[in-house]
Amino acid sequence: MSLVRFLNVAKEYARGGVALTHASFQLHKGEFAFLTGPSGSGKSTILKLIYMEERPTAGDVLVSGVSARDATRREVSMVRRHLGIVFQDFRLLEDRTAEANVAFALEVTGTPTDMIRSRVARVLTQVGLASKGTAYPRELSGGEQQRVAIARSLVNDPYVLIADEPTGNLDERATRGVFQLLRDINTAGTAVIMATHDLDLIRRTEYRTIELNHGRLVYDSAEAPPAVKELSATPPSHHDENPI
Amino acid sequence: MMALREAFSAFRRAPLLSALGVVTIAFSLFAFGLFGLVAINIRDALRSIESRVEIRAFIADGTPIEASSAAMGDIHAFPEVLSVTYVSQDDALIRARKELGEFSDVFEPGVLPASLDIKLKPGFRDPTTVLAVANRVKSYDFVDDVRYGEDWVAKLYRLRTIATLVGTGLGLAFAAVAVIIIGATIRIMVISRAREISIMRLVGATNGFIRLPFVLEGFIQGVMGGLLALGLTWATSTAISHSFMSTVFFDPAMATLGVVGGALIGLFGSTFAVGRQLRRL
Repeated sequence: MSLVRFLNVAKEYARGGVALTHASFQLHKGEFAFLTGPSGSGKSTILKLIYMEERPTAGDVLVSGVSARDATRREVSMVRRHLGIVFQDFRLLEDRTAEANVAFALEVTGTPTDMIRSRVARVLTQVGLASKGTAYPRELSGGEQQRVAIARSLVNDPYVLIADEPTGNLDERATRGVFQLLRDINTAGTAVIMATHDLDLIRRTEYRTIELNHGRLVYDSAEAPPAVKELSATPPSHHDENPI
Repeated sequence: MMALREAFSAFRRAPLLSALGVVTIAFSLFAFGLFGLVAINIRDALRSIESRVEIRAFIADGTPIEASSAAMGDIHAFPEVLSVTYVSQDDALIRARKELGEFSDVFEPGVLPASLDIKLKPGFRDPTTVLAVANRVKSYDFVDDVRYGEDWVAKLYRLRTIATLVGTGLGLAFAAVAVIIIGATIRIMVISRAREISIMRLVGATNGFIRLPFVLEGFIQGVMGGLLALGLTWATSTAISHSFMSTVFFDPAMATLGVVGGALIGLFGSTFAVGRQLRRL
């Protein structure tokens, strides 16, 4: 069952030019996929199209059957309630505790108050932060902040977790911890699509890899024989550029 | 519930900005309130002057008292008439001597004519009605002349019309200024919370849900600003009453209306501002 379908998608920004062209792929239930490629290759654009921050210029993106071309604002909100979104910069509210940051995602969807506490406690335990619920983001390390962001993205039981460079700001140890957490989430049944520059992570696993270059989908391990995957695992040409 | 909590927590998170909003609204409404105070005092003064509008029908010498009495009954039955008083020649003399004390020796008995003094009911003291009643009274044979101060009745009404128009115009202008100020304050608040709004959107909050705390915040600011303005206006009115002249303050219904007006201005300004700003974010 495909949760996300890209149908010959193109995206052109008014000032930024062509960001994506002729992109077609599907993300299935329970799948883990890396999205890789140099900066400016279109990784973030793909993720934005999935959570409908951007609309395709041509083609269509279907998320759980909802068309990104035609979705109303309300439909976009409803789609996002079933997506978990994690960013490199965590995007936590600094004036709220870890618990409050996670609870925020439930409050805005109108979850009854008595359910919020138990669900927040459950996801904080799941990400290994049961004892840090009352801490403010500034009191947590980068890895812990990212775990809070992941807890927030999980609390609505999403069917797809979208991670845009989630380890980009983390040291090696925190990266391993966060990545393991994403793997556990995937093992529990949530599909994960993760944009990353970190080729070591990609090499260490057998997960699907989608590679982009100049807005084109140049490689998809789900459609390529194993030999091609080996070739593609060489560092992208713009590897040393700043992350998106 | 969350919207209300968020609306109140905005005051805690950005106290200076919130205070600025409340104070600016309060000062706008205070200016409006001061003008309102002037307007109701003018209205009160006009009402007191208006109550003195009177038609005086002078009765020809030698008119039998029976004819005057019958006419008094007729005139009293006019729907516009509040009271009719017969003033005899002697009474007219006493009144004239009292009113013009320094010329009291000029008047001699029998010089002044008797008259019927007619007072009109409130709502019938406009120049047209006064003229109509005066003409009907004049039609009696024994009435020599009718006086009702046509000039100052017309001036009084012109002044009242101007005061109403200026009051309405300035009131609308102050209300517009208050809406603009609260709109700008709410817009700054929306911008200052752009990050929070973007996160709310990412986790699936609808625009209506995002808008509600800001709208409530505007409403609360409007109410607080309204109450503050009411307090300032009351303090000013009391100070004037103590130091210069006695003034009339708003009755409870008008005071409530002022606060409700503040709340509506807050509601309208914030709804407009947040809607516009959310489309930009």
